[in-house]
Amino acid sequence: MTTETADLNRLATPPTFQSVSGARKFKNGLATALVYLAFAVAIVPLVWVLWTVVQRGLPVVLDADWWQKSLSGLLSRQQGGGVYHAIYGTLVQGLVCGLISVPIGLFVAIYLVEYGGRSRLSKATTFMVDILTGVPSIVAALFVYTLWITTFGLGRSGFAVSLALVLLMVPVIVRTTEEMLKIVPDELREASYALGIPKWKTIVKIVIPTALSGILTGVMLALARVMGETAPVLVLAAYAPFINYNLFDGPMASLPLLMATERNNPTQAGFDRIWGAAITLVLIITLFNLLATVISRWLAPKTK
Amino acid sequence: MAKRIDVKDLNLFYGKFHAVDGVSLAVPPKNVTAFIGPSGCGKSTVLRSLNRMHEVAPGARVEGNVLLDGEDIYASSIDPVQVRRTIGMVFQRPNPFPTMSIRDNVVAGLKLAGERNRKKLDEVAERSLRGANLWNEVKDRLDRPGGGLSGGQQQRLCIARAIAVQPDVLLMDEPCSALDPISTLAIEDLITELKKEYTIVIVTHNMQQAARVSDQTAFFNLLGVGQPGRLIEVDDTEKIFSNPSQKATEDYISGRFG
Repeated sequence: MTTETADLNRLATPPTFQSVSGARKFKNGLATALVYLAFAVAIVPLVWVLWTVVQRGLPVVLDADWWQKSLSGLLSRQQGGGVYHAIYGTLVQGLVCGLISVPIGLFVAIYLVEYGGRSRLSKATTFMVDILTGVPSIVAALFVYTLWITTFGLGRSGFAVSLALVLLMVPVIVRTTEEMLKIVPDELREASYALGIPKWKTIVKIVIPTALSGILTGVMLALARVMGETAPVLVLAAYAPFINYNLFDGPMASLPLLMATERNNPTQAGFDRIWGAAITLVLIITLFNLLATVISRWLAPKTK
Repeated sequence: MAKRIDVKDLNLFYGKFHAVDGVSLAVPPKNVTAFIGPSGCGKSTVLRSLNRMHEVAPGARVEGNVLLDGEDIYASSIDPVQVRRTIGMVFQRPNPFPTMSIRDNVVAGLKLAGERNRKKLDEVAERSLRGANLWNEVKDRLDRPGGGLSGGQQQRLCIARAIAVQPDVLLMDEPCSALDPISTLAIEDLITELKKEYTIVIVTHNMQQAARVSDQTAFFNLLGVGQPGRLIEVDDTEKIFSNPSQKATEDYISGRFG
């Protein structure tokens, strides 16, 4: 009679966990490599563009004259001068556009979120805003040209540019504000109603302050975006190498327009002005983005 | 200031869906009435119809009468904003206004109604916070955001906010369901305290809570899926929990439900 001796080195039951299979390791490695590759493909052109702009533009903008003088009276091959006339044009056209677009966009979004519901007007508005979002800037510019200049007989001016920018900015503001108002919880609206606060006051004092940081961020980003638009300034404003404070009359420079104009200038001076204007525009837009971040941090609801 | 509520043959709808069928009940002043019943039986819907919050939902509709000391709050001449100022509400989840400080949260109702007198607002804030048993915990940080408080403190802040406008009736929609037992106890003590001045209606899933805090209990039930909820019976809390007249009530409170 023999008794079988148990193999003490063998587990009584198969182990619950196995080591990672080769196929899974391979897939994981492949996916990781692809993700890093995509990241590199995205980052390389970005760094390249920034580097080119900084390298060629920085020496130009480090001159104090760049920020304080215009190109008035300079020949195209003469070095020196500055672009404050174009900076002024870009800022004023952008800000006037903002002054018109922000109230319109804000009120449309408030209607859509707080009052429209699923009504036909609200659906039609959303549809129109979607279409407007996809309108190319040259089409907006040509529309303002036909309306403002051909039909009304008014001259090309910085204000015409602002009007074209409004067409581009309003849908962006409507969209971002709508999203921000939608994420305000209904509980806050109900809490306000339950205190006997009327609907309009609930919107003004509770809903909008809660969403304000997001709304302002959206506005700043939209502003940064339209300030770089080139088609409207090419179509709607004549270039001026001198400062023109009058938004409503006469030729007015802006940074994109200055760059487009100086492209016809084959001298070193023209080359410097283009890259200088490029880095100036990048700096202004970066400043607006930073401002958006700071404002949104400052206004965001706090818990501490 | 506490007033009575009489509900007469109330039918509530969400669009085409008939949510609550034929509810009639009376809520005496300075008294706590608890609404109990399974989920979806319409007790919260009935509660929300008592201060015209039901109609805030799109497509919601009301038939029947709700009388506050004999005045129909659904009469066409009545402004729902005034109704809600008279009949306050505390919600299931604490919902302090995130952009406001603790003090501003409490006096939000008065401030947004146009009260500017800083001294009066401070007095109301202190009185309401004391009334909600929160004053000692927050008196040193009234200017800090309300969102930084714990869940139980936030809910008491919401109660302070609701009583700051001095309503005649206070409605509470499962005010403790998101809170821990200690905060729940604090709120229950508070309800007993508030009963001296306010008429209170509270919806709760917790039957021990209904037994502890209420004087009168209403049991709601629904007969089947897609059917409207109904009021099965309303009686003194003691009687409901010891000797209810309906079989369904007894089954529900003794856990032999469904």
